[in-house]
Amino acid sequence: MEELKKKISFIVNGEQVSLEVDIRTSLLEVLRNELHLTGVKQGCGVGECGACTVLIDGEPIDSCIYLAVWADGKHITTIEGLAKNGKLSKVQEAYVDEGAIQCGFCTPGLVLTTTALVEKGEHLTDEEIKREISGHFCRCTGYQKIFAAVKKVLENK
Amino acid sequence: MFDIKKIYEPTCLQEALDIYQNNPQLKVIAGGTDVLINLRHGKYEEVELLSLQRVKGLDEIKMLDDGTIEIGALTTFTKIFRNDLINEHIPILAEAAVSMGGPQIRNIATIGGNICNGAVSADSAPALLTLNALLVLETAMGSRTVPLTEFYAGPGKVKLQPSEILTKILITKENYTNFKGKYIKFSNRKAMDIAMIGVAVLLNTTDNRVNDLRIALGVSAPTPIRCYEAEKVSIGLELTEDNLKTISEMTLLDAKPRDSWRGSKAYREHLIKVLTYRALRELRGDN
Repeated sequence: MEELKKKISFIVNGEQVSLEVDIRTSLLEVLRNELHLTGVKQGCGVGECGACTVLIDGEPIDSCIYLAVWADGKHITTIEGLAKNGKLSKVQEAYVDEGAIQCGFCTPGLVLTTTALVEKGEHLTDEEIKREISGHFCRCTGYQKIFAAVKKVLENK
Repeated sequence: MFDIKKIYEPTCLQEALDIYQNNPQLKVIAGGTDVLINLRHGKYEEVELLSLQRVKGLDEIKMLDDGTIEIGALTTFTKIFRNDLINEHIPILAEAAVSMGGPQIRNIATIGGNICNGAVSADSAPALLTLNALLVLETAMGSRTVPLTEFYAGPGKVKLQPSEILTKILITKENYTNFKGKYIKFSNRKAMDIAMIGVAVLLNTTDNRVNDLRIALGVSAPTPIRCYEAEKVSIGLELTEDNLKTISEMTLLDAKPRDSWRGSKAYREHLIKVLTYRALRELRGDN
């Protein structure tokens, strides 16, 4: 059964982590169940809803369809890694200011995708903003306020 | 949990080919956006994976000395969409790449996976078919080059031999020089959806007359197809309104769409004609 275990080392929210993972698990499962980073949400489980999005080497990726063993050597950012010393990031503040949150289930993924756009210094048209956040489903509010938050933080940059 | 029994993670192509040669039962996984979803749905049991995630050097796009554009099979859709060579010489492929899935999927899904999965709805397929793309298939013993037009075996099936890995996609210079292309994806949602119909048109004209026209369709037959009948008739024709309509109608001689919950056969036939016509009009320079 030792074939089912593999040791991986990776950086999660700036901290070096080494642990033995089951090769059958997704990164989502390891982040939530082993590292207790429950800001990573499981929605559809098949890469359609975007709730499980984390940043892997700065790129938004659906962690539900990403094998845990693949994370070896990578830099992972989850929603827990954004606020510094109790202060929200600019992206998080924009979401608060625009009221872009209702139940909050899609929010961590959306905030992370937005963070990636900000960090890349993207200048996007309205259509491009919509395209870049199209991999996240919000079932509460519709998308207008989320769009407004993304636009605001990209313009303030 | 996925029902995985074992995983190999080679770091170079030769190692991957050697492992696959000795273990032909392995399931190859690249970006995982098809394989892991199939696993989640219980399609495979106790699968042994050959992961190409860590294989280096197969995610590059370059122009060879003879003008051929070479795309590594592990190139992601995001990279294709943002690549300068692709946007300059084969923008139809960039257009197709950005229509696939959503950003998170495009960040990891690979063009090689899209081809080898053999899905009739693969967004890269119609564009690559019009470009007469060639596939480089390698085993530990050697390699062969096969046109994409001859690679499909049936729904979700491709003609990969045991222990063979798709490593590169080639588009030769004569297949993109002086061509303009358009890919139209029609789906129920504007984003994050699977195509109801995909239409790719590649056109080379002189003085508004067709030198070479290629039309390829997704979700219009058991595999992605070319519309050879319409293409043949189009040669030498002037791009008049009547001729565009005739060419668009003739796509149905090759298309064999079916009823599914995503769209009926009748609606799909209508779409194939109308979308081909729209693509042709746009390439003619209307708007």
